[in-house]
Amino acid sequence: MVDVPYDAIARVPPAEVGDVDLYHPRSWWTKYVFSQDAKVIAIQYSITATAIGLVALVLSWLMRLQLGFPGTFSFIDANQYLQFITMHGMIMVIYLLTALFLGGFGNYLIPLMVGARDMVFPYVNMLSYWVYLLAVVVLASTFFVPGGPTGAGWTLYPPQAILSGTPGQDWGIILMLVSLILFIIGFTMGGLNYVVTVLQARTRGMTLMRLPLTVWGIFTATIMALLAFPALFVAAVMMLFDRILGTSFFMPSLVEMGQLMKYGGGSPILFQHLFWFFGHPEVYIVALPAFGIVSDLISTHARKNIFGYRMMVWAIVAIGALSFVVWAHHMYVSGMHPQFGFFFATTTLIIAIPTAIKVYNWVLTLWRGDIHLTVPMLFALGFIITFVNGGLTGLFLGNVVVDVPLSDTMFVVAHFHMVMGVAPIMVVLGAIYHWYPKVTGRMLHDGLGKFHFWVTFLGAYLIFFPMHYLGLLGVPRRYHDIGEVAFIPPSAHTLNAFITVVALTVGFAQMVFLFNLVWSLFKGKLSGGNPWRATTLEWQTPHTPPEHGNWGKELPVVYRWAYDYSVPGAEQDFIPQNQPRATRAVQGAAQ
Amino acid sequence: MAETALTSTGESPARIAGWRGIAADWSSDQRAFKNVSWGKAMMWIFLLSDTFIFSCFLLSYMTARMSTTVPWPNPSEVFALEIAGHHIPLILIAIMTFVLISSSGTMAMAVNFGYRRDRAKTAALMLVTAAFGATFVGMQAFEWTKLIMEGVRPWGNPWGAAQFGSSFFMITGFHGTHVTIGVIFLIAIARKVWRGDFDVERRGFFTSRKGHYEIVEITGLYWHFVDLVWVFIFAFFYLW
Repeated sequence: MVDVPYDAIARVPPAEVGDVDLYHPRSWWTKYVFSQDAKVIAIQYSITATAIGLVALVLSWLMRLQLGFPGTFSFIDANQYLQFITMHGMIMVIYLLTALFLGGFGNYLIPLMVGARDMVFPYVNMLSYWVYLLAVVVLASTFFVPGGPTGAGWTLYPPQAILSGTPGQDWGIILMLVSLILFIIGFTMGGLNYVVTVLQARTRGMTLMRLPLTVWGIFTATIMALLAFPALFVAAVMMLFDRILGTSFFMPSLVEMGQLMKYGGGSPILFQHLFWFFGHPEVYIVALPAFGIVSDLISTHARKNIFGYRMMVWAIVAIGALSFVVWAHHMYVSGMHPQFGFFFATTTLIIAIPTAIKVYNWVLTLWRGDIHLTVPMLFALGFIITFVNGGLTGLFLGNVVVDVPLSDTMFVVAHFHMVMGVAPIMVVLGAIYHWYPKVTGRMLHDGLGKFHFWVTFLGAYLIFFPMHYLGLLGVPRRYHDIGEVAFIPPSAHTLNAFITVVALTVGFAQMVFLFNLVWSLFKGKLSGGNPWRATTLEWQTPHTPPEHGNWGKELPVVYRWAYDYSVPGAEQDFIPQNQPRATRAVQGAAQ
Repeated sequence: MAETALTSTGESPARIAGWRGIAADWSSDQRAFKNVSWGKAMMWIFLLSDTFIFSCFLLSYMTARMSTTVPWPNPSEVFALEIAGHHIPLILIAIMTFVLISSSGTMAMAVNFGYRRDRAKTAALMLVTAAFGATFVGMQAFEWTKLIMEGVRPWGNPWGAAQFGSSFFMITGFHGTHVTIGVIFLIAIARKVWRGDFDVERRGFFTSRKGHYEIVEITGLYWHFVDLVWVFIFAFFYLW
């Protein structure tokens, strides 16, 4: 069955909106620093996110050193360990992955892929980055304030998050909440831009059902973020008041050090509901752009149209909608009416259906494709395997009775690192290898890339596979030192040491990747405009890297969907989206 | 709608009515919402996001109010005033609500005159709207002062559950901030209208974009939203 006809409409309608006025930079500052060009903003977002992400990476090494060789490193005490896990989690989930997918890839790819000159409101878009930078600076500053960063865990559960027993109670928690509020404000400014650009600023001929799946993924994730971040915003404001003003939104009556505290009557569970109403969609805010991008990587590098395009789109939308009604599966052990547990387990398992549709369609896209094992393709394949793996352990954790004994063990750590840590990062890395030539005009070094992939991919499995086993043994998470416990065999300690060694090796591979990024910028092989021979609009720009305004004088006109690879009878094995139908008629005659 | 200023080709697309029309619009190219400008679309989506913020605030407040074991202060007593020897419950809130709803009326008139390109009336009505908004914020400040004098604090109050004061200051404060931002926004746009920026299509200082009278309507969307939110706060906080 032909999924989408090549000639869905007979003619391309005339332009409805006049060409936009762009802000033309007048100085070096407005061109490279306070730039209103989405591409520059995208690079700024990406560099900032990567920089703070490196901090989180180093924190994970320190945590692994402590877990692998407890007692050896005197400079890591229990408080610092808690601070490390908190900052690692928060940075990786929000300040790295969310910012990189939406602020980085979203800004770069949306205008280019939909055929726009820029985002609809470039000035607001620029403000978005600067508020994000401020949020990152506030977050990083917590490493230097008295008491250090907060150690409440990335979920920041009250009441412990603001009690004096938790490290970072002085300044860490306050600045963390302020930073989150700033991040949400900054994200909202950018997110509104992405959504309106996709809905209202597409070029002629670009219907929603001709959008590359990358845009669909980022678009849906942005809408979800605009609806989910409000819950985190409200939770952060209320907890800030609990901490600073002494209100009791989340704080019940407590006795601390023998003293009755001034709090009373608040509901810690309320925070958990607000947090996870944000937190679960957040998983998919990170996953959906990855789904979209990986679809395009697979299709391009397997030289085959994506299998079931419409189903892929609807699966993205369905996952986005369903992810708003599953949040309490993070709270099975928090104390909840059993019927709610039943409800949330059911909705959680229903999400497996659209997700499975996507996985099958990726595999069917590969089936009998002309697979090129380029570095982006390797990462895309790595993603599919890792994601399926993480999804299967999700079935364990989504069911109440299986989840209860596994809660707060290393099994949970292994699960979410596989499914929303490693898997999206695989896509990020693959996407960087894929689009780096468009951003810089040069290819990344292939050999270093393949080295990077194999170490990262195999390493991720060696790190997280044994963790499932540790979790089944009952090894708890967030413990600085598990010590000598009867139910944990000595082999678990050996395994922990092994994981640490692998983690440091994988970390080293990322340094190779960073070197590759810098080295290729100057010495990489020149790529030309369309090195992967891809169909989507960003590869058809008149200049590489694209100039301000993207398209030169004339906006592109789109005549076909994004997946015309290996069309029978066509001259090349790809037909760009902006190639008119005239050539199709010729091909038809040839057939 | 006559105001399709941004449809620059002048072609009026044959629109289909009803659900088929929506399906046709969404399966077309360029724009999903035909005849909706970028700015208006962006404001609507922002308001959707903001709705979630206020919903979370109100739901949290309701959770606190329903789960507290201490009695909740009676709002009609707390928010009563002695006027000329009469004890009138909720009188100040009633006046505040009336003022804010009236400001929605003047805002709607301003939008109307904006599209007629009547500079003086548009600017004047926007300033009247801003004045109503400022009055509302002023009365809210009075109400806060009165409650603080009576001993209401975010962490406690003389009559019952501590969450009464915390929710009150947080929710009315967040709404009052919205009104204040709206007042500033209204004054800024009224100045531009008065100066004739939208008649000569003067370019924005930061954005270098041409301004249109449509910004009056977009400001109005925000203002009506803030009013609507107040209706919910009024119902859930004061009348419950």
